[in-house]
Amino acid sequence: MTNTWQDIKNANVVVVMGGNAAEAHPCGFKWVIHAKIENHAKLVVVDPRFTRTASVADVYAPIRPGTDIAFLNGVIRYLLEKDLIQHDYVRAYTNASLIVKDGFGFEDGLFTGYKEDTHSYDKTSWDYELDGQGYAKVDDTWQDPRCVINLLRKHVDRYTPQMVSSICGTPQDKFLEICALFATTAAPDKAMTSLFALGWTQHSVGAQNIRAMAMVQLLLGNIGVAGGGMNALRGHSNIQGLTDVGLLSTSMPGYLVLPKDSEPTYKQYMATRQYKPLRPGQVSYWQNYGKFFVSLQKAIYGDAARADNDWAYDWLPKFDGGGYDIIRAFEMMNAGQMNGYICQGFNPMQAFPDRGKIRRGLSKLKFLVVMDPLDTETSRFWENFGPQNPSDPAKIQTEVFQLPTTCFAEETGSLVNSSRWMQWHWKAADPPGEAQTDIWIMSGIFHRMREMYRKEGGAFPDPILNLTWSYTNPTDPDPEELAKDMNGRALADIKDPTGTVTQHAGQLLDGFSQLRDDGTTTSGCWIFSGSFTEKGNQMARRDATDPREQGLAPNWAWSWPANRRIMYNRASADPNGKAWNPKKPIIEWNGSHWAGIDVPDFVPTIAPSESAGPFIMNAEGAGRLFARDQMAEGPFPEHYEPFESPSPNLLHPKVKSNPAARVFADDRAAFGSAADFPYVATTYRLTEHFHFWTKHALINAILQPEEFIEIGEALAKEKGIGQGGWVRVSSKRGFVVCKAYVTKRIRPLQVNGKATHVIGVPIHWGFTGQARKGFGANTLTPSVGDANTQTPEFKAFLVNIEKASGPAT
Amino acid sequence: MTPAEGNVVRYATVTRVNHWITAICFVLLTLSGLSMFHPIFFFVSTLFGGGQWTRAVHPWIGIVLVLSYAGLVAQSWRENLWNPDDTAWVRKFDRVLENDAEGVPEVGRFNAGQKSVFWAMALLIPVLLFTGLVIWEVYFSGFTPLVVQRIAVLVHSLAAIAAILVWIVHVYAGIWVRGSLRAMTRGDVTPGWAWRHHRKWLRSLAEPRSAGPDPRAERAP
Amino acid sequence: MTELQSQDYIRRSASTLTPPSARRHEQEVAKLIDVSRCIGCKACQSACMEWNDLRGEVGHFEGSYDNPKDLDPNTWTLMRFTEWENDKGDLEWLIRKDGCMHCEDPGCLKACPAPGAIVQYANGIVDFNSEACIGCGYCVKGCPFDIPRVSQKDHKSYKCTLCSDRVAVGLEPACVKACPTGAIMFGSKSDMTAWAGERVEELKSRGFKNAGLYDPAGVGGTHVMYVLHHADKPSIYAGLPDSPQISPFVGLWKGAVKPLAVAGIALAAIAGFFHSVVAGPNEVQPEDEAEGRRLLDRQDDAP
Repeated sequence: MTNTWQDIKNANVVVVMGGNAAEAHPCGFKWVIHAKIENHAKLVVVDPRFTRTASVADVYAPIRPGTDIAFLNGVIRYLLEKDLIQHDYVRAYTNASLIVKDGFGFEDGLFTGYKEDTHSYDKTSWDYELDGQGYAKVDDTWQDPRCVINLLRKHVDRYTPQMVSSICGTPQDKFLEICALFATTAAPDKAMTSLFALGWTQHSVGAQNIRAMAMVQLLLGNIGVAGGGMNALRGHSNIQGLTDVGLLSTSMPGYLVLPKDSEPTYKQYMATRQYKPLRPGQVSYWQNYGKFFVSLQKAIYGDAARADNDWAYDWLPKFDGGGYDIIRAFEMMNAGQMNGYICQGFNPMQAFPDRGKIRRGLSKLKFLVVMDPLDTETSRFWENFGPQNPSDPAKIQTEVFQLPTTCFAEETGSLVNSSRWMQWHWKAADPPGEAQTDIWIMSGIFHRMREMYRKEGGAFPDPILNLTWSYTNPTDPDPEELAKDMNGRALADIKDPTGTVTQHAGQLLDGFSQLRDDGTTTSGCWIFSGSFTEKGNQMARRDATDPREQGLAPNWAWSWPANRRIMYNRASADPNGKAWNPKKPIIEWNGSHWAGIDVPDFVPTIAPSESAGPFIMNAEGAGRLFARDQMAEGPFPEHYEPFESPSPNLLHPKVKSNPAARVFADDRAAFGSAADFPYVATTYRLTEHFHFWTKHALINAILQPEEFIEIGEALAKEKGIGQGGWVRVSSKRGFVVCKAYVTKRIRPLQVNGKATHVIGVPIHWGFTGQARKGFGANTLTPSVGDANTQTPEFKAFLVNIEKASGPAT
Repeated sequence: MTPAEGNVVRYATVTRVNHWITAICFVLLTLSGLSMFHPIFFFVSTLFGGGQWTRAVHPWIGIVLVLSYAGLVAQSWRENLWNPDDTAWVRKFDRVLENDAEGVPEVGRFNAGQKSVFWAMALLIPVLLFTGLVIWEVYFSGFTPLVVQRIAVLVHSLAAIAAILVWIVHVYAGIWVRGSLRAMTRGDVTPGWAWRHHRKWLRSLAEPRSAGPDPRAERAP
Repeated sequence: MTELQSQDYIRRSASTLTPPSARRHEQEVAKLIDVSRCIGCKACQSACMEWNDLRGEVGHFEGSYDNPKDLDPNTWTLMRFTEWENDKGDLEWLIRKDGCMHCEDPGCLKACPAPGAIVQYANGIVDFNSEACIGCGYCVKGCPFDIPRVSQKDHKSYKCTLCSDRVAVGLEPACVKACPTGAIMFGSKSDMTAWAGERVEELKSRGFKNAGLYDPAGVGGTHVMYVLHHADKPSIYAGLPDSPQISPFVGLWKGAVKPLAVAGIALAAIAGFFHSVVAGPNEVQPEDEAEGRRLLDRQDDAP
C-alpha cells in the first residue's frame, strides 16, 4: 500500500477492482465503512461476481475476467476527453510533459522493438528524448505530439465506451457512471483510493492492470494524498515482508536486484543501478544504491566482504535470463532438471497452477523437505486420497521429510502488514509436539551444510564458509538479533556532513540515510533500517496516538521506509508547498522545511522553489504515465486477452494475448480452446477461509465445509443444474467434481455481442484438514504467469461444466 | 377372581385390566401434563423424577394410553352405541342427579352418561395423540411448521382439559353411584345394583340364551 | 450465570411469584445490527462459537453461504444471505445476522413451563437457564422469530444469551467485539436507538428511502435491533417477520386457557363434592336387591 489501512477513511471514492476487500480483508475493510459513514464516500466495485464487497457498494459493475486494462484505459480516455484531470498535479508531478523518442510507436498490438523469436522487446525506443546534458526534453504546454500526455491520449483513443463494453461486457451506463464518479476526485481536495489484490496480480497482464489504475490515480492527482493511493491488500500476514526481504528468485532484500549472468563484475552491475537524474534538481534516490548494496554484503559476509573483493560480489548467484520463479521450477522438476526441493511455508499442491503438473513434478524429485505447521497437501502428494488425489505411492520414489514448524503465535518476531508496518509480536504459546521455529531448522541445515563444505570441500564453498553468523546461540538465533541485523549497525564511527559523530562503531543505525558504501555500515535490508535502533525495538511500539485522527498513528509499530506512513507524501502539497486538501494536509512547507504529521517522503530541506519532483525514487522525479523500459510488455498498458479466452482481441486480432509472456511449450499445449471449454472461469477466496490453512481449523470448516463452484441462473438452467447439485467442471488440465451454487450474483456478460458465462471457483478445499475433501481450483488453472512477475493467471481461464450424477468416486 | 356368591358378572378380567391400565396412564398423564401446563402444578413433576423426566415420559405414557383405550373401544364400542333410550335418559338427567329413578328409562349395559364418557374419550384421545405427536419435540418437531405446532399445543391442552373434566365426571360417578367401583375392581355387581342402574341389562341377562355373561355361571354348585 | 443474578430478574418463566426486580434502575441494553454495514464475514459466528465454546458438525454445501444451514444448539447466531432484486432491477445481497432478538415481551419465556428456565434481567437480556430447562420445546413455539433450538443430546433448549456473562462484567457481547466493520454495536437501548436514527438518515441520503430501524412493537420492542435499508419489507431479509408478535395461539394457551382450565377443573371437583353433600350417594336399596334377585331367580325357575 502507498497509504495505510486507516487512511482509507479519508477517501471520497473507494474503488475495489481486482480484489474483494470485504471478503478477503474483512478487518481492514472497516476503514472503507468508516469512509462511507464519516466521509460520505462512495464505494465502487468492479468484479465479475457480485461479491460481499459489492453487497455494501454504492455502484457495482460486472466485468469479464481479464479485461481490466480495457476498462481502465477507457477510464483514462474518458478523463482526457472530458478534461477531468487534476491539471496542476499532472503537469507538475507526472511525466506528462516529457517528450518521448521519435522511434517509439505502437501498431497492431505491439510496441516498437518486438522480437518474435524471444517473445520480448528491445526497449531502447521506450524512452525520453534527451537534451545535451542528458535531461529529458519537456513541453509544459502539451503542444508537442510526442509528449507523454499526447501519446497516451492517442493510445487510449481506441477505448471508447462502446469498445470497453464490447470487450469487458460491462454495461455502458454502469461504465460511464463509474467514470463520472472517479472524475469527481480530480478536484484538488478530493481523493479516491484504489484497493486491489490478487484479482489484478493473477493475470498474464497483472502488473499492467495495476499500472493502468496507477495512471488513473496520477491523472486525478490521487497519489501521495490522504485517502488516495494504490493500495495492494496483501494476502498473507507477512507477504509484504516476503517481498521486502526479496524472497523472489531475482530479488535481494530491500528491492535490490540479484545480478545477472551479463553482469559478471560489480562495476558492470552498478553501471545500470545508480540512476542519474533525468531532470535538473531531482533527488533520484537510487543514486544511493551502492550504499544499500555494500551494507547488505557486509551484513551477509561481514569481514569477508571487502573493498578489494568488490564486497564479495562474486559470491552472489547470477541468474541466467528469466529467473527461477515457481512456474519454471516445476517445469524443471518435470524435465528432471531439479531433483530436490525445500518447500518452506508453501503448499504448491494447492497454490500453484495445473495441479497435475505439480504432482508429476514432485513425483520426480529425489527428495522433498516440507517445513510447515500443517499437514499440507504438498507433504502428502504421494498418498492416494481417492479421486481428489489419485496418486499411486508404489510408483513414487520421492523421499519426503516433514519438518513441523511453529506458527505465528508460537514464535516471537515481526510481520509486515499491507501498510508496510513492521509489527513486533510475542510468542503466546509453546508449539505442539516436535514443532520448531523456521530459524532453528534453517540454522541446523546451515551448520550441517557448512560442516560438510568444510570437510569435503565442494564446487564453490566460499559463499557458505564465509557467511557471517555471530549469534548468542548459533543454533537458534534470537529474533531480536536478526531484527538488529536487518536494521544495521555502524562498523566504524559514522559522521554527518558537518563532521559530528552520529553513530559510534558497533551502534545500531537510526536509518538508511546513515548507510555508507565504504564498508563502514551493515544492513540486511536497507528499507528496514530504523526499525531497531539504539532507542529500542521500534516495531514493538504500541502508542496509538493519531494526530488529527487522520489514520497515521506514527508511534504505532514502525513503517518502512523511515517510519513513513504515506508514500510520495510530497505530492499531497501543491508545487508551492501548500496542501491540495487544506482539511487533510500531510506535510507542508513551513518556510524552512517540510513538516506535518508524517515523515516527509522528500529531502526535508529542499524548498518548493527548487522544483524537485515528489517521486524521488524515479530519475525524472515524476510519476510515470509512460513507464519507460520498466515493464515487459510496454510503457503503456494495453488490453491483451487472457491466454485462455473465448473472445478474439477486438483491438488487434493478430496479437491476442500478452506478447511478452513466457509460456513453456508443454504449458501452451495444455491450453484449452473455447470450442471445447466455452466458459470463462475465475478463482477466488471466501471470507470463511484463509487460503488452504483454515480448512484445518474446525470452526472455519464448519463455516464453509465443502467445495463448490458458482454459476449464474441462466447457465444452470441451460445445463439442467439445480441448486446445490453436483457438477463436473473441467479444463484441458483436469476436472473438479463438486456442488454448484446457482446464483443471481453472476450474470452472462455481452462480450463482442455474445453472451459469455462466467463460472466462479473458490479455492479453499484440499484433501487434508477438517473440511470435506475437495479437488482444489488449481486442478483447472493454466500454468502461465504475468510477463513481469510470473504470477500465475488464476483469474481468467476456460472450462466446461456438466451436470454430474453425484460425488466423484 | 371369583365373583361373590349371587352377584352378576359385569366386567371380564381382561376388560378390568385394560381399564386400569388406561386409568393409571390417564392419571399419570394428567399429573405430568398439568405439571407442564401451569406453574402451580410444576411441583408434581418431582413425582416423575423432575421436569426432564416428566417431559420425556409423558408422551410414552400417552402412547400406552392410546393403545390401551383402543382395547376398550374394541371391546365395548357396540354396547356404547347411542339409542333413543339414551336420549330419553338424558332428558331425565335432572332426576338422575337427584338419585330419583322416577320416570327415568330403564338402562341397558351402559347409560347415556357412561356412553358420553366413552365417546368423549374416544374423540379426545386421538386428538391428544395427533397434537401430541406434533409437539413431541424429540422426534417430530422437524416435521411440521411452527404455526402448526402452536395450534397443536393449544389444541392439546384444550383437549386435555376437556378429558380431565370428563374424567372427573367419570370418577365422581363411580364414587357417587355406590357399588360401581366393585364392578371395576372385582368384576361383579350385586343383582340389586344391576336392577337399580342397568335394569334392561339385567333383564337381558335373565333372558334364556342370553348372549351376555351368564349371571349364574359362578353360582353353579 | 443466571442463578448468580437472580436479583436482576424482572421476568421468570413459569413463576407465580413476583420477580425481585431489585435492579430495575439498570439501563436497558441493546445490540444494534446495521445490516447496511454488514459484509457477511461470519466473524460474529466464529466469535460466538469461540466464546461459548461451541462446535457443530462439519456440514455440507447446501446451495448458499448459510453455514451451518440453520440455527442449532451449537449455532446461536447465523448469517443468512438473500439475493434480492430491487425495483430498479439491481441485485442486492442482503445479509442478516440471525439470532435471539431478546424481546421485551419474550414469547419463549411466556411459553416456558419450567420455573426459572427462562429469565429476563433488568437490562432486558432474555437468558436460558439450562439447569431448569426440561426440553419440552415450548419456547420454540413461543418464539415469534423461530430462534431457540432443543438439543437432541441433552434435551435442553439453547439460544444466544447476548453474552449475559460478558455483559454482567461490563464487556460487550463476543459478536460485537469481533465484528470488523462495526456493523454490530452494543450499548444502552436509548443510545443505540439514537445512533440508528443517524444511520437511517445517512442511508436515506444514499437513496434508501425506506431505511429504518427494526424494533418491532408487537413484542414490546427488542434488545437486538436492526438497521435495515428496506425497513418497509423486513421479510426480504431471509424471512425476518414483518410484524412479529407472540402467536395468538400461544397467547391463548398461556393466557386465558391457563387460569380458566385450572378453574374449570377445580369447579368440576367442587361441583362433585357439593352434589355429594346435597344429593348424597346413590345407594342400592334392599328392595333393589330383592327385585334383582327375583328377576334372576325367575330365570332360574324357567324350564
